[in-house]
Amino acid sequence: MFSKIVTSALLAGFCTGLIAALLQFVLIQPVLLHAELYEVGTLVHFGNGATDATPDLPGFDMMRDGLTLLFSALIYVGYGLVLVAAMGMAAEYGATITARTGLIWGVAGFVALHFAPAVSLPPEVPGGAYVDITARQIWWWGTVIATAVALALIAFGRAPVMIASAIALLLAPHVIGAPHPEAFTGPVPPELAALFATRALGVGLAAWALLGTLAGYFWARETAES
Amino acid sequence: MTALVQTAAKSTVLPFVAAMVLGLGIVTIAGHVQASALHDAAHDVRHATGFPCH
Repeated sequence: MFSKIVTSALLAGFCTGLIAALLQFVLIQPVLLHAELYEVGTLVHFGNGATDATPDLPGFDMMRDGLTLLFSALIYVGYGLVLVAAMGMAAEYGATITARTGLIWGVAGFVALHFAPAVSLPPEVPGGAYVDITARQIWWWGTVIATAVALALIAFGRAPVMIASAIALLLAPHVIGAPHPEAFTGPVPPELAALFATRALGVGLAAWALLGTLAGYFWARETAES
Repeated sequence: MTALVQTAAKSTVLPFVAAMVLGLGIVTIAGHVQASALHDAAHDVRHATGFPCH
């Protein structure tokens, strides 16, 4: 069983990671590189008159972008393992897992691991003002776990109290609040930060939809053989 | 009988739990560990995937 999970997750995660990296190169990397010009001070946003919004950006960097490709594949294989394990466990209890139902699992994964943390802690453009990394990581994991449990309660819960608990779990991290800085010192224009966050979420949704579909497809194929 | 059922349940759940732990371990190492070599290598992906990075 373990090898079926790993096989499905590897195939789905690796394909998704490669496509997510390509989408990142086209949609996110130009915004990221642009923001870094402000982060290092090459461009200055305030008190300098108007700043050119279309500066020359560095091109494809074999080392840097190669590592992005590698880590994108690695992260989506990790997500794939979690997703396939959850799908497989649900299948043990009678859930039907196919490419079609996998899409819903993928979107749920996006909501739990990408969208919910982003509601209070938007994807961070380089050069923004941020508080201590550990506090943000603890909040990130807490939000992911609370949201994942909430989605499972909504999907598989029968009693109204489960739905009520799910709503409380969905809201709690945002009512408690993410760690935010006491002062804004980031040099990056808000236009870039906003574009970065929305692009990161858009690519994330596309990647998770693909991951769920592929994970469902490969899992159905792996388990059909036995 | 109870022992048999328990063993069966355990062996059914174990691979899923193991895969989930492995997956979360990979996500933690690639996305969250702050060792500088790892951070630098994964930098762009961490930002793009919405992990807290710096």
